[in-house]
Amino acid sequence: MRYIPHTEEDIHQMLDAIGVDAVDDLFSGIPADVRLQRPMNLAPALAEGDLLREFKQLSRQNATGDSHLSFLGGGAYNHFIPAVVDQLISRSEFYTAYTPYQPEISQGTLQAIFEYQTLVCQLTGMDVANASMYDGASACAEAVLMTARATRRKKVLISAALHPEYRETVETYCRYLDFELVTIPFAADGRTDLSAMEKALGKDVAAMVTGYPNFFGVVEDLAAQAIQVHGCGARLVAAVAEPIALGLLKSPGELGADIVAGEGQSFGIPVAFGGPYLGFFAARQQDLRSMPGRLVGETVDLEGRRGFVLTLSTREQHIRREKATSNICSNEGLCALMATVYLSLMGKAGIREVAEQNLSKTDYARRAIAALDGYTIPFAGPVFNEFVVESAEPAPAVLARLEQQNILGGIPLGRYFEGMANRFLVCVTEQNSKAEIDALVAALAGGGQ
Amino acid sequence: MTTLGTSGLILNEKLMFEHSDPGRKGYSLPALDVPEVAMPAELVRAEVTGFPELSEVDVVRHFTRLSTWNYGVDSGFYPLGSCTMKYNPKINESVARLPGLAGIHPATPEHLSQGALKLMYELQTSLAEISGFPAITLQPAAGAHGELAGMLMVRAWHEAQGNPRSKVLIPDTAHGTNPASATLCGYQVVPVTSDGVLSAQTVAAHMDDEVAALMVTNPNTLGLFESEIRAICDIVHAKGGLVYCDGANLNALMGIARPGDMGIDVMHFNLHKTFATPHGGGGPGSGPVGVTEALVPFLPVPVVTSSASGYRLQYDRPQSIGRMRSFFGNFGVMVRAYAYIRTMGAAGLKHASEMAVLNANYVRAKLEGTFHLPYQNRSLHEVVFSDRDLDGDCHTLDLAKRLIDYGYHPPTIYFPLVVKGAIMIEPTETESQETLDEFCEAMLAIAGEARDNPELLHAAPVRTRIRRLDETAAARKPRLKWEG
Repeated sequence: MRYIPHTEEDIHQMLDAIGVDAVDDLFSGIPADVRLQRPMNLAPALAEGDLLREFKQLSRQNATGDSHLSFLGGGAYNHFIPAVVDQLISRSEFYTAYTPYQPEISQGTLQAIFEYQTLVCQLTGMDVANASMYDGASACAEAVLMTARATRRKKVLISAALHPEYRETVETYCRYLDFELVTIPFAADGRTDLSAMEKALGKDVAAMVTGYPNFFGVVEDLAAQAIQVHGCGARLVAAVAEPIALGLLKSPGELGADIVAGEGQSFGIPVAFGGPYLGFFAARQQDLRSMPGRLVGETVDLEGRRGFVLTLSTREQHIRREKATSNICSNEGLCALMATVYLSLMGKAGIREVAEQNLSKTDYARRAIAALDGYTIPFAGPVFNEFVVESAEPAPAVLARLEQQNILGGIPLGRYFEGMANRFLVCVTEQNSKAEIDALVAALAGGGQ
Repeated sequence: MTTLGTSGLILNEKLMFEHSDPGRKGYSLPALDVPEVAMPAELVRAEVTGFPELSEVDVVRHFTRLSTWNYGVDSGFYPLGSCTMKYNPKINESVARLPGLAGIHPATPEHLSQGALKLMYELQTSLAEISGFPAITLQPAAGAHGELAGMLMVRAWHEAQGNPRSKVLIPDTAHGTNPASATLCGYQVVPVTSDGVLSAQTVAAHMDDEVAALMVTNPNTLGLFESEIRAICDIVHAKGGLVYCDGANLNALMGIARPGDMGIDVMHFNLHKTFATPHGGGGPGSGPVGVTEALVPFLPVPVVTSSASGYRLQYDRPQSIGRMRSFFGNFGVMVRAYAYIRTMGAAGLKHASEMAVLNANYVRAKLEGTFHLPYQNRSLHEVVFSDRDLDGDCHTLDLAKRLIDYGYHPPTIYFPLVVKGAIMIEPTETESQETLDEFCEAMLAIAGEARDNPELLHAAPVRTRIRRLDETAAARKPRLKWEG
């Protein structure tokens, strides 16, 4: 076995040093009645070449942006990933390191996380960001729990236009903690219904949770929400599933959000069938000590040189145990590094340009589809890079026809929303050329005739 | 002896923001091929203030230099107890980057995702066989996330029996995530004192009708097998409770004993420990959970199933605890873990556990004459010493920092909490006798230094780019971002 260096001779010498006769003697502390008395039944071991062949076979059974024209979004986005990202995160000093508990030999990870925290604050317009959460949905759930700690209230309003999987994750996390979760409907334009929200708000409300942009791709009026939410002492949580939008849109912080929890997959992380992704989490200074997750801070060493350490860990499980702000331990460190590399490449101009390309291409697609017979655009609110299409027939039938032309045309919404059997969510990014968009539109038109 | 640690030319590197030069670009985008449109002005920001402007070369040098300030498993021995820092095979990195595995969107229709779903199903099946549990969910993103999923299922099961109960028993040797996870399920944590190994009698004394579950780690964080586990499970079950196992230390047991055969009801795996996926400087991990038949209805959705018509994602499970996160879990980590299992096979995995245990006992044999060993029971995959016998007013932290000068990543320190000044060493199976000899020689040399020249320990590390950091100042006046 090439990963295990022991020769027979080594084993004998080591057993001698220990003072036992056989390896099995080392397991004498395990009672016989719980020992496995047979070999495990697993597939035979594969040599490296055979393994590669088998995994290529599995890989070929999946559709991707290479095999199909893809207009899938809904919380995972096909953005271009510069080659630099994978090259740098493949430095094994980064990816084979553990959590930076020993700062003197972990400064690479620690400085990169410090830079990541800075980039997240700049992008979201917030004061403090943590070192990462699992993904956007669990970050959103942690945000909800944090608002309850900060306000000592347990009623949470959730926009019906929030990503449904974020909503479901919040429900799971709150399941046994006596929360009251109230759904705020969306209005005809696809934005959260502000008057419904106002009615539901009160002195018992901990938070309002809104997607920005929301699940339908629509840009919410966060500023108006913030005024109402703050009026009763509650926190506004902006859940950002597509953070490329923040290259263009006003930051949630500028608009009054108190917590920004989101998904960083768009920043150089492969779609990879849903993970690993990157939960980002940013808050106001006033809530710093209620934050979940790790934080990296700047300090100096014995000789006064700048260095970085994990800090404020008295919030965390390894110190506070059952009183911790979260149970999170391992996070998504390497994915945070991917995002840091990606954002440093894109920089101020690139994040803006990529966002503008998404906007323009989406607008082009949306207008073209709106002009087709048999299709309408139900929500008039401003969108970033996704929009809902309504067809004259059930969405799965439309999408299945597109598949025949190797087009993954969108995500059917019937599974998530009652009454949306004929609707699907289309995403257009900088990866989709005009020719691809035209092909989608032509395929939809062909199917409608 | 020739010391591994040495000094060489290490390059300083500023923060990326301090390199920024207006007008530099590190990206390329194709020319826009559709009409340019604008958002309504009131929705648009002027710019992302503070974002850097760097060339591709700037970025590559920056992160390459940062990487040289890190210590990874590929750099050297990393005996971090309870973290199982084994070698991360390179072929696993290659297969995780295959276009159909890295490039498949999670909303791809099932019939166009059969390779991905098959991989998940086969990984579930393999983990079930390794652990002895009939069903597995791959959804949790890390060990603590798996604990939360597992304990939510425990609670859901009790609710279905008509009484959620109120307490969870947790031994004092447990990881901090255990009590934190139990609390998230609305349970009150009752700490249980163990004397190295948990006794059935102690558990019996704490068991009553309000105890929903006992959370154990087996082998525990002292590296000892919970030898009374069978009787303990019987006692908990007799009072209507369930037993949760923290599977962080499964690396001692593959092919030797299965938690599912011991009476345990729920266990999480750490694919980033036992199954050789890289820790990535803090993540991503993956924390699948195995459960008994009784808990199957409560598994998180979706569940990957197999049928004559192919692999499917099943959502319609009314008793499910719900969803733990978006999509299906850390798929990229699953790919690596499955590649590891397929490379090792049954005999290879058992051999890995055997050699992991051999290595820990070898380190113990070499060091126990010099370092205080608080628990004498037979060690499995890790061994815990204390700093009691360290001379010269030197403590565990000083030893750890001095080990850095010798070229090693320190062991886990000050954990488990039941050992004062704990030094928790987990060598894993991928380290050779030669490496262990050199490490033990360094440990013994440091013990000698503590006696003869303790200042060497107090001042350590001195060979690193920077020296000990002022953590108190960091916490007192937190600077958590660059502000120019």
